Amino acid sequence: MAEDKINPKCKVVIVGGSAGSLNALMQILPELYVLNAFALVIVLHRRGTDDMTLEELIKIKTEVPVKIIEDKEPLVPGFLYVAPSNYHLLFEKGETMSLDTSEKVNYSRPSIDVSFESAAEIYGDSLVAILLSGSNADGTEGLKTIQNAGGIIIVQDPQSADMPFMPNNAIRHTTPDFILNTDEILKFIISVNS
Amino acid sequence: MIEDIELETLINDIYEYYGFDFGSYSRASLKRRVNRIYQLEGFKNFYEFLSKVRYDPEYYKNMIDEITVNVTEMFRDPAFYKAVRNEILPQLAPKPFIRLWHAGCSSGEEVYSMAIMLKEAGLLHKSIIYATDINSKVLETAKKGIFPLRMMKEYSENYRDSGGQEDFSKYYIANYGIAKFNEELAEKMVFSQHNLVSDNSFNEFDFILCRNVLIYFDNDLQKRVINLFDESLSILGFLALGTKETIKYSISTTKYKQLEKEKIWRKIK
Repeated sequence: MAEDKINPKCKVVIVGGSAGSLNALMQILPELYVLNAFALVIVLHRRGTDDMTLEELIKIKTEVPVKIIEDKEPLVPGFLYVAPSNYHLLFEKGETMSLDTSEKVNYSRPSIDVSFESAAEIYGDSLVAILLSGSNADGTEGLKTIQNAGGIIIVQDPQSADMPFMPNNAIRHTTPDFILNTDEILKFIISVNS
Repeated sequence: MIEDIELETLINDIYEYYGFDFGSYSRASLKRRVNRIYQLEGFKNFYEFLSKVRYDPEYYKNMIDEITVNVTEMFRDPAFYKAVRNEILPQLAPKPFIRLWHAGCSSGEEVYSMAIMLKEAGLLHKSIIYATDINSKVLETAKKGIFPLRMMKEYSENYRDSGGQEDFSKYYIANYGIAKFNEELAEKMVFSQHNLVSDNSFNEFDFILCRNVLIYFDNDLQKRVINLFDESLSILGFLALGTKETIKYSISTTKYKQLEKEKIWRKIK
């Protein structure tokens, strides 16, 4: 693992995932105790109706403080944010997030591509993106945009993913900086900015 | 993606040529929507797009309809409607006359949802629902009360989850892929164009709903709109926003009391 590529001025680590990604997160989050001066944002495909359960589940699993995202929520280093169901999550200048109920993208709202592209626009090379397990093509376009804007892109090793389609699709169409299993992803997140 | 400066130029041009002010819209969403239209039409460059907007009013009008988000559904967020059904309507029931304002009603799915609930509570006959939007095209759809038939399965599930106990299909007539809602529901609806950015209060209401509209506005404009609602709301009236929206950045919360879990506030002074 090329540790030297880890961005020393990272402001945001954004994680996207679909089917099987919660499993990966449940291996990563319990080992995560504090974030080194960056915010962690999680964008998962979820059923429209499971309103609070994902946030509650994540809260139970990690020591990192979890914030529920409301419109124009400030993005504060050290906190973990979860994209709410049924909204696209966007990033604004001035370190806030906004929400959008426009059409689904890749059959999804939140769409990972939408959040990744928006984050790339605001955070450029101070962004790290991680794409996890899933059975949908969402996320690949967003990773391209993030890489073009100077950010670091990481894809979960398809062999360690419950649903390898999404990571495979990203690997086929982009050049990830790292392809990591869940254990390595955890180590990476811990090493960001350290 | 279009450049920030291009978006700001477009915003200025639209204001200068048409008087419509997007200056206080949240940029991330606006930029995405403008970019989508720009890419869709295959313009050679942004300047070509700008001059089309400037000199072709018909194109401008369609563009506005495309930029404004009009995604909605019946009984959207059933838990919200359940709270309205069980906690708000019973408090409005004793009034001799109930005035509602649905601001940013889009194509009307939520207005018909409200009419159905008022009907079931035996209140529709003494209610009036003002339903407004800036987009004239969606208001035409709303007036007709015609929605895609393929959506009815989801809507009837939402309806049931919101506490509805009737057979949902009794509220519409299905025909060639469309569901036409009973005209009786629309009898108490008044549709009109209203712009939250620039228009003023036009009546006093007992219940104002504005769901998932403020998310497209920046904080200054949100303040303006919340104050507009405050002026338009009677004492002890209710204000309902989208599930991820809040009044806390916009107005003194001592004036309002929030209903436990839902985004519904009661004006207490």
